[in-house]
Amino acid sequence: MKSIKTKSIQELKSPGQPIIGAEAVVRCLVAEGANLIYGYPGGAIMPVYDELYKFQDYIHHVLVRHEQGAVHAAQGFARVSGNVGVCMATSGPGATNLVTGIADAMIDSTPLVCITGQVPSHLLGSDAFQETDIIGISTPVTKWSYQVTRAEEIPEILAKAFYIARSGRPGPVLIDITKDAQFASFDYSYKPCRSVRSYKPVPETDLNDLKKAAELINSAKKPLIVWGQGVILGKAEEEFKAFVEQSGIPAAWTILGASALATEHPLNVGMVGMHGNYAPNLLTNECDLLIAIGMRFDDRVTGDLNTYAKQAKIIHFEIDPAEVNKNVTVDVAVMGDVKNTLAAITPMVESQAYKDWLHRFDELDKIEFDKVIDTELNPTKPGLTMGEVIKAINASSGGDAAIVTDVGQHQMIACRYAEFTTSKSNITSGGLGTMGFALPAALGAKMGAPEREVVAVIGDGGFQMNIQELGTIFQTQAAVKIVILNNDFLGMVRQWQQLFFDKRYASTEMVNPDFVQIAKGYFIEAKRVDNREDMNAAVEEMMRSDKPYLLEVCVEKENNVFPMIPSGASVSDIRLE
Amino acid sequence: MEQMTYTISIYAENNVGLLSRVSAIFLKRHININSLNISLSEIENVSRFVIVVHITEEQVQKIVKQIEKQIEVIKAFYHTDEETIFQESALYKVSSKSLFEQRHIQNVIKKSHANIVTVNPDFFVIEKTGFREETEQLYNDLAPFGLLQFVRSGRISVTKSAMEISHILKELSD
Ligand SMILES: Cc1ncc(C[n+]2csc(CCOP(=O)(O)OP(=O)(O)O)c2C)c(N)n1
Repeated sequence: MKSIKTKSIQELKSPGQPIIGAEAVVRCLVAEGANLIYGYPGGAIMPVYDELYKFQDYIHHVLVRHEQGAVHAAQGFARVSGNVGVCMATSGPGATNLVTGIADAMIDSTPLVCITGQVPSHLLGSDAFQETDIIGISTPVTKWSYQVTRAEEIPEILAKAFYIARSGRPGPVLIDITKDAQFASFDYSYKPCRSVRSYKPVPETDLNDLKKAAELINSAKKPLIVWGQGVILGKAEEEFKAFVEQSGIPAAWTILGASALATEHPLNVGMVGMHGNYAPNLLTNECDLLIAIGMRFDDRVTGDLNTYAKQAKIIHFEIDPAEVNKNVTVDVAVMGDVKNTLAAITPMVESQAYKDWLHRFDELDKIEFDKVIDTELNPTKPGLTMGEVIKAINASSGGDAAIVTDVGQHQMIACRYAEFTTSKSNITSGGLGTMGFALPAALGAKMGAPEREVVAVIGDGGFQMNIQELGTIFQTQAAVKIVILNNDFLGMVRQWQQLFFDKRYASTEMVNPDFVQIAKGYFIEAKRVDNREDMNAAVEEMMRSDKPYLLEVCVEKENNVFPMIPSGASVSDIRLE
Repeated sequence: MEQMTYTISIYAENNVGLLSRVSAIFLKRHININSLNISLSEIENVSRFVIVVHITEEQVQKIVKQIEKQIEVIKAFYHTDEETIFQESALYKVSSKSLFEQRHIQNVIKKSHANIVTVNPDFFVIEKTGFREETEQLYNDLAPFGLLQFVRSGRISVTKSAMEISHILKELSD
């Protein structure tokens, strides 16, 4: 990949005369440091694209092949870098093509600013060509949205958009700008936004809650930490690690929390949830204190709420008041930014060994290893497992790669077995489960962290949901490593059909194209493997390449992901087979 | 948990899209809004929503938090009927003929403490403000005479306790 260098705001002279709204949009992006954006042009956003052309030394715009690709790429960028992702689209179909990604960013708390063009304000409501009410459509899936109809509003609204997207619990913001506002001239000046009077991004922390939490922690015999993405979003990895190490309490992660604490950390006891690890799921219903940190008790984590951690006291460290007592009623809620609250509680916590309690984890880990993990990672049958491919990636990356996954069996396997040494390394569509996420998100992640190895792990189904982004990868030469775990099935749905619908495989078998030929059509190096020896060598070769590379691995067609908590069942009913 | 009538009061910045944001919160949870009223509040540029719903307390607590989470919402509260003073207004349009031909209607109006807003040769309009039962009683009493039109406003309500919005706003802008 050519390294992308853009000039900074310091090198940009202020206009000194009135400018048009479209130029103001671009200047605001430069002012916010958004020098890498994803989008697709069209009539209602053309004035902005014209300015992007003039300001290409300052902003690198990546032309995707579908607007859904733009928004997922912006998400991948945001997730790997911790910065606000920016994407852009025209009105009507351009804007509606963003919606899935916006919904995904909303439920996974990803900071995005999405800019859409809109028909001229005098045509609003007239069913003009490519007019859609994108504000109305996106309202339920945005943290905030605003329709700009006057050029003068642009600096203040964009400043506010960035502030809202990144502050507090992050989320997507959509700004819809009518074409006449893009063309109108005004006197431009930019002031970053530091507050919005009706919006309180971080609630105050009550010292009494901290004290109560510390008391509960210090008197617990079998405490369990479950952390989520809040630790990463709060940039609180250090504070979190200090808390875990000071307390000596075993810590499990939700899928979006993965990588905030290194896989190898002795107190990291694995993943909770539907396909999580045996020990932390079962012991959720054995612990006497559950310490939830920056997580939201999603149903895929808790299973049946009526039988979830009923025996335990619960502490919830949370930034969003609406999450407290939403799904699980807690004993103490410590409100605030985990970066501060964790730093504050750590000195109040006594160091303990919890020897017997940790031993329980080891016992159950052993059962899971014998029944599930060993056969997945060290198979003796000829057919390839998804797990051994992830193991090969681990071996080659040493756990330093960012793993971007799509949705399905391969996602669960990757999240279960990928090893992480670095935070912000597990980029996946957790809350929405959006197939088609991984390919564009991996592109965004690679561009957001060019120094890092980025490996996309995708199913044959999901790959075909945004397959067109191979074109963007080719054009940008972003050195994304793409691994297709091809089982010729919509595997996760097939698994459910096998387990819960008497093996009636309704519309889940896929007749697939030649993925290697397709990649080659995009001039991307590609290889297909179907046996163990070739697979290990090919993974090595792929990881050593400094170019984009696609590796199709033909895996066993009808393998299942275990352990599994059947939908709606209790975490105690986790199945190993 | 038992369902009850709750009045949700929202103080918010005046904004085009906010009504749709607020109503989307109810839609997402499949909850019916019984009445909705938006007006000025005691503070300049701050509007006040009054929403009446019949749900459980747990539901109303969660909804109020979701409402408060919206960027433009300054503060949201919920109250039971006992905690608020609330009223609704109703307008009844009746043909003037009945006023002159059927004396009894005059007693109905008098008894109900309703106001006659306008009278002209063809129709007259009665206004009644009060509790739901009162405006309904008058509806039932007038119906036999033939109602040309009937309309009732959403509930408006003030709380018995203080709301202290100005105080909150001051804190927020500091
Ligand atoms: C956009 C979208 N449509 C449908 C689904 C439902 N779904 C979840 S997993 C899955 C199968 C995915 O198959 P594949 O991409 O081949 O991955 P595998 O499970 O085989 O690893 C489907 C269809 C979804 N999550 N997202």
